[in-house]
Amino acid sequence: MYTFSNRLRLFAIASFVVGAIMVALSFMNTPGTVEEMKAMHAAHDAHGHGASHGTETHDADKTANHSDHKAETHGGESHDNAHSETAHHATDGGHHKSQADIDKHHLDQLQNKPWAAVYVAAFFFMMIALGVLAFYAIQRAAQAGWSPLLFRVMEGIGAYIIPGTIIIIALIVLSFPSLHLNHLFHWMDPDLIDKTNELKYDKLTDGKSGWLNTTAFLVRAIIYSTIWIVYSILSRRFSVKQDNSNDNSNFKKNFRLAAVFLVLFLISESMMSWDWIMSFDHHWFSTLFGWYVFASMFVSGITVIALITIYLKSRGYLEYVNDSHLHDLAKFMFGISIFWTYLWFSQFMLIWYSNIPEEVTYFITRIDDYTLPFFGMLGLNLIFPLLILMNSDFKRLNWIIVIAGIVILFGHYLDVFNMVMPATVGAQWSLGLAEVGAILLFLGLFIFVVFTTLTKAPLMAKRNPFIEESKHFHY
Amino acid sequence: MSSKVIQAMYIDDDVLMAAVKKVRQENHHIEEVYTPFPVHGLDKAMGLAPTRLAITAFMYGCVGLSVAVTMMYYIMIVDWPQNIGGKPSFSFLENMPAFVPIMFEMTVFFAAHLMVITFYLRSKLWPFKEAENPDPRTTDDHFLMEVSVHGNEEELKALLLETGATEIKVTEKH
Repeated sequence: MYTFSNRLRLFAIASFVVGAIMVALSFMNTPGTVEEMKAMHAAHDAHGHGASHGTETHDADKTANHSDHKAETHGGESHDNAHSETAHHATDGGHHKSQADIDKHHLDQLQNKPWAAVYVAAFFFMMIALGVLAFYAIQRAAQAGWSPLLFRVMEGIGAYIIPGTIIIIALIVLSFPSLHLNHLFHWMDPDLIDKTNELKYDKLTDGKSGWLNTTAFLVRAIIYSTIWIVYSILSRRFSVKQDNSNDNSNFKKNFRLAAVFLVLFLISESMMSWDWIMSFDHHWFSTLFGWYVFASMFVSGITVIALITIYLKSRGYLEYVNDSHLHDLAKFMFGISIFWTYLWFSQFMLIWYSNIPEEVTYFITRIDDYTLPFFGMLGLNLIFPLLILMNSDFKRLNWIIVIAGIVILFGHYLDVFNMVMPATVGAQWSLGLAEVGAILLFLGLFIFVVFTTLTKAPLMAKRNPFIEESKHFHY
Repeated sequence: MSSKVIQAMYIDDDVLMAAVKKVRQENHHIEEVYTPFPVHGLDKAMGLAPTRLAITAFMYGCVGLSVAVTMMYYIMIVDWPQNIGGKPSFSFLENMPAFVPIMFEMTVFFAAHLMVITFYLRSKLWPFKEAENPDPRTTDDHFLMEVSVHGNEEELKALLLETGATEIKVTEKH
């Protein structure tokens, strides 16, 4: 049995508390009114920075581009502002935006910052647990012979899906326009689908309101979460029962359950990515988005399995895990990193190549305002793991896997960051108090939940039919 | 110097593996082992150095990537930077996404083919090459270990018989 070391528990709690304080501070630092915002900006500029993120720095070319696009695609219809493009639209001949409107939009983005930071971190850690559940189900359904030794680690991480999804649902509810707390999901703004509101009515959003409305959104979120939570609980229960049973019935149940879950997972995960990520850019759509998000969560999940396995092994638990098991995990990290890049590039290149205005704005805002995170992510998620994990010997070295793992995890945090932030805070992004605080907060919670679950059952699945093979696994 | 070898025949790969380990323990030099299929762990038991084929493949891949980049850069950007459907041909970077499929395929093409050719060269395989097989049965269901003879021939024979060899033949190595 594993005992939660006091130092780790202390670290988890400290991380949670420090993160919570940082997030609370960032909420308090958010300007409440346009006047406050201007005062803060003036103070900021006095310190010599802040201008770099100013929307004014965009060159005339891009502005023209946006104006053309808007004029072409949406014609004369009254149309809400696509996030973060206020300044560009301000120069648009067809839509006279007053300075007050621009300021209001600017303020909304600043007020979104701590919310978006919490959402990104919450989603990132939920996504790790979900990726691990998918990996676990695949190992079960494929009857893998090498991995049963790691099942308890995967079940431990999978247990985070419960708090993880509940937090996401809570954040969704808190974003509802009736509460007036934030503007994370812009499509939730009731003015956009109000035909009588000439200034803000948006035909495109209205057309999608059959799918994108708060009730259906919440119901779907609850359905996805239920599927994942039920699988994590049931598979864990069968797995623990199998330890003390006389036959393999629990194992077989788990096998069937995994197969059913994988079908449901693919559907729910895909729809989840439309809802929880793609709907931030509610004018934009991409068909392979679900797989892209899946690749991101899959590689993060596998990386976390490897990191926690290395940690437990170094503490003297997981007696039978050897470097061949790590080698396999590292191969998955390597392969899925490339798979992620393949999907990222397929999405990017198709849109870049055809350059259809209503699709390409997604990447224009990202390349213009998020140059470093957008392309830096490629270095972290592709080039670094590609070069370092290519060598077969390196995949057996703990420290290499740990370094590669940390880089991959940070890279995929940035990936989620790049998906959410441009639509919620636009050019106002930073990796500051709110973002780091939110990461620490959820990291603490994640470690606490995962390692508490690990203490509740033996770390080796005893009567698994494949456990002997797994113990002697050698590559 | 005489170059006599003993060829010992086995009919089971487990027996062969044990024999290889035993013969190595007794400090005899194993010239070659002929098997009808890959025997897992045989190279380790024989003490063969690991292959460096993967390293060559990596370098060939780098060559392929360089070839692709140089070619596309010269043709599309330097030589005749036409406006084709509005693609930005001002610099390599601006037009790079369009080149990636070619860069990828060339990398794989060079890595794969040059590695295969390296393999053929290093293992001396080509069409019309005369087969070096000492006994045709080793391509079907027999395993053959070739041990060079230094000193006491009878003792070595006895050792090989002890390890489970079914047939033993002493020949001159050509």
